[in-house]
Amino acid sequence: MYAQMVKSTGQGVKSLDEMDPQERAFQERINRDEKIEPKDWMPAAYRKNLIRQIGQHAHSEIVGQLPEGNWITRAPTLERKAILLAKVQDEAGHGLYLYCAAETLGVSRDELTEDLLSGKMKYSSIFNYPTLTWADMGAVGWLVDGAAIMNQVPLQRTSFGPYARAMVRICKEESFHQRQGYDIMMKMANGSDAQKRMAQDALNRFWYPSLMMFGPSDKDSVHSAQSMAWKIKMNTNDELRQKFVDQTVPQAEYLGLTVPDPDIAWNEEKGGYDFTEPDWSEFFDVIKGNGPCNVERLAARNKAWDEGRWVRDALLAHGEKRRAARVVAAE
Amino acid sequence: MSSVSPSPYPETDEKADKPKRHEWPLWEVFVRGQHGMSHRHVGSLHAPDAEMAILNARDVYTRRNEGVSLWVVEARHIAASSPSDKGPLYEPSESKIYRHPTFFDIPDDVGAM
Repeated sequence: MYAQMVKSTGQGVKSLDEMDPQERAFQERINRDEKIEPKDWMPAAYRKNLIRQIGQHAHSEIVGQLPEGNWITRAPTLERKAILLAKVQDEAGHGLYLYCAAETLGVSRDELTEDLLSGKMKYSSIFNYPTLTWADMGAVGWLVDGAAIMNQVPLQRTSFGPYARAMVRICKEESFHQRQGYDIMMKMANGSDAQKRMAQDALNRFWYPSLMMFGPSDKDSVHSAQSMAWKIKMNTNDELRQKFVDQTVPQAEYLGLTVPDPDIAWNEEKGGYDFTEPDWSEFFDVIKGNGPCNVERLAARNKAWDEGRWVRDALLAHGEKRRAARVVAAE
Repeated sequence: MSSVSPSPYPETDEKADKPKRHEWPLWEVFVRGQHGMSHRHVGSLHAPDAEMAILNARDVYTRRNEGVSLWVVEARHIAASSPSDKGPLYEPSESKIYRHPTFFDIPDDVGAM
């Protein structure tokens, strides 16, 4: 998802009997659905895991601005441009809510940023794919934001208070993103032959990368088991992927577009669609840095950070000077 | 209260020995949702000074008509009670049920009260 392959302790989940009293009290609070707040005691591994997960989620929101930013100056109408601008601004806001949530765990904003820029921390694999046509803006909103919503809605109930509250705000705004994407797809799919081809092409390119967003099957993963015990992950990757496919296939049919998987078929017995798994070797390759746009994305973030340094420093110096002047005036 | 901490957020163990970075200060943001309501905490942000904090808060927390007024306060100025004080601080009020009006039985004959 926006946070893929987050590693936890690497050990199995401890039973309540194996925990020391402090740890047991903590786990029991989580089991009772009590929220953990920043100043509460928490196991070091819970803190570390959450910093990784929320940080990766925040980075995904920030890097996720780039593929769409690519089309702001090329939107087909002024209205579409204003809408896309508002959406990209929302992504920046989502990144900021999440960075703030991570900061309550004791990591600084600059540390998180630098770990993204050095490649130490990851962001979602999906943003390493290019956005080649205007129809991609439709596919990204419909599929990528749609997949994100699948993951984020349950995270509103996550055990860490600041993360859950950030998710509530994000989910409220995310629905606009998906609907504006589908609206673009409807326009294209009902347009000229060329527009329809473009819409189909966008679906073809984004289908499997969207399925990859949920991450590889984790039903046997110790990391996932621990995260689920801590309620910082609410569903398995496979559950969410299935839900996404079940929701999306009829939406594609409504558009008159074909999901690029010849084996898609309704399975009455399981009450969901059977579908082809994405190519996981491609996923691991993209995560490793070899996707079509990894280099470009990180270069763009590094450039923005480096070239903005003088502005950050100047504003800080100005703020400190004025604070100092006020103190002198008060004395 | 045994431990009021002026620092808003705890340090992580692994980062504790690193030097503090030169970041814009952290501000907590409060929004008055509608006229007549009190300001409510909505989140935090970084800004170099109060004016910029207000402008950033407008962009980050009120993009959809969420408020009619903003407060920002530097996070380091907020003192907070400690979770371990929860018992001593709040338990005494649990036993004082006579503070609630429903504690007193007033006969219906008395009329509205």
